[in-house]
Amino acid sequence: MTIEDTKSGHAATVDRNAAAAIDVAHLVKFYKTNCAVDDISFKIARGSITGLLGGNGAGKTTTIAMIMGLTLPTSGKVSVLGCAMPAQSAEVLGRMNFESPYVDMPMRLTVRQNLTVFGKLYAVPDLKGRIAQLAEDLDLKDFLDRASGKLSAGQKTRVALAKALINAPELLLLDEPTASLDPDTADWIRRHIETYRRSNNATILLASHNMLEVERLCDRVIIMKKGRIEDDDSPEQILLRYNRTTLEDVFLDVARGRDREQAP
Amino acid sequence: MSLVERSHGIAMHRINAMVLRYWYLLVSSWPRMLELVYWPALQIITWGFLQNYISQNAGFFAQAGGTLIGAVILWDILFRGQLGFSISFLEEMWARNLGNLMMSPLKPIEFLISLMIMSLIRLAIGIIPMVILAMFFKFNLFALGLPLIAFFCNLIFTSWSLGIFVSGLVLRNGLGAESIVWTLMFGLMPLACVYYPVSVLPTWLQYVAWALPPTYVFEGMRALLFDHTFRADLMLTALGINVVLFIVSFAIFLGLLNSARRAGTLISGGE
Repeated sequence: MTIEDTKSGHAATVDRNAAAAIDVAHLVKFYKTNCAVDDISFKIARGSITGLLGGNGAGKTTTIAMIMGLTLPTSGKVSVLGCAMPAQSAEVLGRMNFESPYVDMPMRLTVRQNLTVFGKLYAVPDLKGRIAQLAEDLDLKDFLDRASGKLSAGQKTRVALAKALINAPELLLLDEPTASLDPDTADWIRRHIETYRRSNNATILLASHNMLEVERLCDRVIIMKKGRIEDDDSPEQILLRYNRTTLEDVFLDVARGRDREQAP
Repeated sequence: MSLVERSHGIAMHRINAMVLRYWYLLVSSWPRMLELVYWPALQIITWGFLQNYISQNAGFFAQAGGTLIGAVILWDILFRGQLGFSISFLEEMWARNLGNLMMSPLKPIEFLISLMIMSLIRLAIGIIPMVILAMFFKFNLFALGLPLIAFFCNLIFTSWSLGIFVSGLVLRNGLGAESIVWTLMFGLMPLACVYYPVSVLPTWLQYVAWALPPTYVFEGMRALLFDHTFRADLMLTALGINVVLFIVSFAIFLGLLNSARRAGTLISGGE
């Protein structure tokens, strides 16, 4: 199946059957008796942006954590950039990165110190140059030498994104990257994510509650509910199927149990 | 294309990065620096005066000058070594940074090595003023000579093993297990016979005491100060037990890390 990538205005064609950046097969995760992820399978093509949608407790963060190797699946397989996770994580962790509201950067360290530490962890060549480049791209220059804990929410998000991009990852996992940001800053972040994907042919998996964000950025949307995949297609096809004009309406249909036939 | 090459084995640049991270933190915070020096200095002053008082009134201790202060300093190497290791680990939990690290190419063994290096740095900051202060109480730690190296190595290995073990507990159970970091070593204190010989303990408890490497060190220190004899046999036995302890601690840490991965607590941390 192919999806014409028109979102970011470039002509690349995303082929889901090409060597997948992420390959998830029959993934199951139980926390004691609670089933957080229930037998999901999907492949994400290289160079695509895929949105992972779902309400609270739908299993998005657990799915991303299993893709990153931070959480072990109860059963099923995850392959990232051709490497089995977590067994071959050493092969691939340097080529991916992530941003999540569930983790912070050390607050007493300055932005520059934090980026230096993470740059060294990822063995980034010409680290000073890379930090200067990111400071330019993400407009960090004014607070590069300020303690990370003294930044505003918008500044912190930009710094977290800079950390996520420090190694110019082939695969970027973003968990609610614009949560708690004002519309202007959120829009700014989205533009940067689009630019990064376009200029690096990076693969991005984005978990979000923000439907406008997903509509704007994503070639493909995976909707999760109660640990299962409820729907999986391009935003346009999903809107057609539910006979809706916005993904927000689709999200409400799914959350409230109205299936495609019942939708207006 | 990613900027980063694939890497195998232990990488010094990742260890350096972590040491740099803790160093930045340490030098950015004067309360953290003060804490490293304050308590050891207080200890040596209190015990130094006590030793002065005892030596003026008891012939036995007068003959074995420095036993108490020597024990205090060696105990602090053990205690501060473990705290130095574990506090650096706790900094990651407090900062909610563990997810960033676990998602990076940093390997558990590299993480632990960086914590060991930080334990040495933090220990040096605390112990050097302590050793200088001890000289005012007529105790020169370096007068112990080469045996001091054997004492130090054995104590620091034990402190790292315990640090690895408690860090694993915090990793698995979250900050709810933080109190173990601060209290575990005190549970060891009566059994390690810091201030008294093993023979003071009931026979059955002596078996437990001899299973602990620090017991050999403190017995060795007393043998040196009382009898002017270096007991190499004690140091070698302690080293042997330390090797086993270190391997077991590392295995437990990896087990707890995997358990945390199964429980999904690495990304959330917290309590």
